[in-house]
Amino acid sequence: MANDLPVPSFLLGRLTWEAIPKEPIVLATFAVVAVGGLAVVALLTRFRLWGYLWREWFTSVDHKKIGIMYMVLGLIMLVRGFADAIMMRLQQMMAFGGSEGYLTAHHYDQVFTAHGVIMIFFVAMPFVTGLMNYVVPLQIGARDVSFPFLNNFSFWMTVGGAVIVMASLFLGEFAQTGWLSFPPLSGIAYSPYVGVDYYIWGLQVAGVGTTLSGINLMVTIIKMRAPGMTLMKMPVFVWTALCTNILIVASFPVLTMTLILLTLDRYLGTNFFTNDLGGNPMMYVNLIWIWGHPEVYILILPLFGVYSEVTATFSGKRLFGYTSMVYATVCITVLSYLVWLHHFFTMGSGASVNSFFGITTMIISIPTGAKIFNWLFTIYRGRLRFELPIMWTIAFMLTFTVGGMTGVLLAVPPADFVLHNSLFLIAHFHNVIIGGVLFGVFAAISYWWPKAFGFTLNKFWGLVSFWFWVVGFWCAFMPLYVLGLMGVTRRMRVFDDPSLQIWFIIAALGAGLIACGIAAFFVQIAVSIRDRAKTRDLSGDPWNGRTLEWATSSPPADYNFAFTPVVHDLDAWWQMKAAGATQPQTGYLPIHMPKNTSSGVVLAGLATVFGMAMVWYIWWLAALSFLALVGTAIAHTFIYHRDFRIEAAKVAQVETARQNALTGAA
Amino acid sequence: MTAPSTFWQTEPHDHPEGSSTALGFWVYLMSDCLMFAVLFAAYGVLGGNLAAGPGPKDLFDLNLVAVNTAMLLLSSITYGFALLAAYQGRQRATLVWLLVTLGFGLAFLGIELTEFAHLIAEGAGPQRSAFLSAFFALVGTHGLHVAFGSIWLVTLMVQVLQKGLIAANLRRLLCLSMFWHFLDVVWIGVFTFVYLVRMI
Repeated sequence: MANDLPVPSFLLGRLTWEAIPKEPIVLATFAVVAVGGLAVVALLTRFRLWGYLWREWFTSVDHKKIGIMYMVLGLIMLVRGFADAIMMRLQQMMAFGGSEGYLTAHHYDQVFTAHGVIMIFFVAMPFVTGLMNYVVPLQIGARDVSFPFLNNFSFWMTVGGAVIVMASLFLGEFAQTGWLSFPPLSGIAYSPYVGVDYYIWGLQVAGVGTTLSGINLMVTIIKMRAPGMTLMKMPVFVWTALCTNILIVASFPVLTMTLILLTLDRYLGTNFFTNDLGGNPMMYVNLIWIWGHPEVYILILPLFGVYSEVTATFSGKRLFGYTSMVYATVCITVLSYLVWLHHFFTMGSGASVNSFFGITTMIISIPTGAKIFNWLFTIYRGRLRFELPIMWTIAFMLTFTVGGMTGVLLAVPPADFVLHNSLFLIAHFHNVIIGGVLFGVFAAISYWWPKAFGFTLNKFWGLVSFWFWVVGFWCAFMPLYVLGLMGVTRRMRVFDDPSLQIWFIIAALGAGLIACGIAAFFVQIAVSIRDRAKTRDLSGDPWNGRTLEWATSSPPADYNFAFTPVVHDLDAWWQMKAAGATQPQTGYLPIHMPKNTSSGVVLAGLATVFGMAMVWYIWWLAALSFLALVGTAIAHTFIYHRDFRIEAAKVAQVETARQNALTGAA
Repeated sequence: MTAPSTFWQTEPHDHPEGSSTALGFWVYLMSDCLMFAVLFAAYGVLGGNLAAGPGPKDLFDLNLVAVNTAMLLLSSITYGFALLAAYQGRQRATLVWLLVTLGFGLAFLGIELTEFAHLIAEGAGPQRSAFLSAFFALVGTHGLHVAFGSIWLVTLMVQVLQKGLIAANLRRLLCLSMFWHFLDVVWIGVFTFVYLVRMI
């Protein structure tokens, strides 16, 4: 690509016929995506669902619907990211004994970059944000988030980023730099084509959404809690969400600005991260990890919250050590800013700097260990019900502990000098991200699904998915520890030493098992939807829960709670049930709710067009879409009446219908 | 059996509209502050890397920067007057003071652009050295903020004209006020660490 770069034209920039990849694998993928996409469009048209989707979902400012849309985005992108994973496993399994495998270097380098970017930014982040969006307002007894329009806008910006990254598959190329795009490789001299620009603009568009949603949820937790819910009476999930959003607000701006500086280097020829004229590539590595390390805690903390809720609920006990759990979370939040340098001990900062960061890294394992013990003590002498959420939680504890321990190994600088950039590292972070974040997401989905949809998930297919995932994970990543210890570096496309091949074959088998786990998960959802009449839950509290989200109907009405709950205890709903309190059934009051708006979709759409125009050097379109973006944003501020009233009679009607269904069912 | 009111709010109660806005905007400003922190850090790391090109002493004209600083500081005072007038319900005075603020803001931008044009004409553009890259990025980002603040200010003037000093507009004026003063604080940092320190 580098040798025959097209001269940008005015109309289409550097977008030419040559930009469409001709590799058979990409073409086949394109065909599948195109046919699948057309089928979805046709079905939606056939069943006249466009209007419904637009009115009830795309323009919705309801935190519950936005939360669900985030989860859908995460699932779709999980499939894409996993396709990349399977491709890498196959390539590495095959490329022995003189075989080059089936992927060219240019393609393979894009695959591992896209895999990392997609899994972190467009799978894990949407899952985490989606869960917080759905659950936090319900757990704090609120009707919505503080800034409902901003919430919708944030979601669509995340989608916009995903669209830009996905477009790179069929138009041009994606970055071949690894998921953090270190310069000078990501500089214009070594990556002259569109790959890194796709990376930059995809992340920038999505990053705006993430930062705004972080601000939104943080303010929501601080300002919108139900009366009586003091900070130390907040459910643990809310605490972890608060800390995560503080981390988002305090780290994503660093990513944004770092990428802006890289953009300036690439577009304007500045010298921040270049090798000449005084630039400093290691500054990029420092800056990006100042964001990157808090980012891993952004991902894991909310899931620690999920595990806490699940453990308490399915043990039928109050969470052991709530206060220490909160302090452990806060400790991790603070410490996560003091460890970034452990990602590049080999930079050569000297023994004292490396020791400092090695020690702070090891210290983080203390609060994390405290959490593990709290969960174990919650289970101890509880009446454990082996439902899906607790199974994922137990699998998490077993898996994550191993991942945590290999992390402490890596935190020892001399050991890291040996293991740096090896497959041992890859095994370690998949161990904590799959074993921690993904298992937690599945625990959360099976735990809160009945709240969101009013029926429980099929347990059989859930178990199938569970065992495939857990066994598949161990099978896929333990060989990488072995390989890493033998000195195999990451991101390799072909291998010489035939004795390594067996480990890659085992790892590929593991990836195959995980594929079955993902398939079983989708079957589980399909079967559950088919059988929903049988598994319907009218009580709104299928697990005998402890926190406020179970105090309302499933799915909750638009306004969440007909009456705002008053909190006296950490396990507020548990206390209400113990006191035999029932929600009043008369005297409903009118409720103010925010109105839906299409501004979010429009703004994010314009931002996406702007990003694409910048990627392709279509300057007139970039200028136009940017002006339109500013204009639309200003126009939006001229809308003053953004809420409406749900009349008391309407509330009474909804609540009475629910009461009748409940008594009818009993 | 406990009374329902133990566990549910049964009395009508107020949810003042926009009660979270000030906090939310404040948090946003802190995130913006971190963006500037990165730029300051980059300037700290790269500021001495002249690549055999011109340095601060060759380039900066402290008199011009002092005038520029005065423009921005004065615009902060006049914004304060605008907000005081707004809280007293004096719409005309509010608009006049906003207009004066805008004038100072545009003067600041004008001087800054002149300085930039001068530097670039001398061959000291952002591509010349890492020092100049960091300088243009930091000062330019601040300038972009002032430019957006000015667009926002004009928008608010139109909205005050249209709707008067209603609660929603007062809230918006307060947010812009925080933004404007924040830029002032950042500029103090720029003035000190970019210009003054390097001139000694």
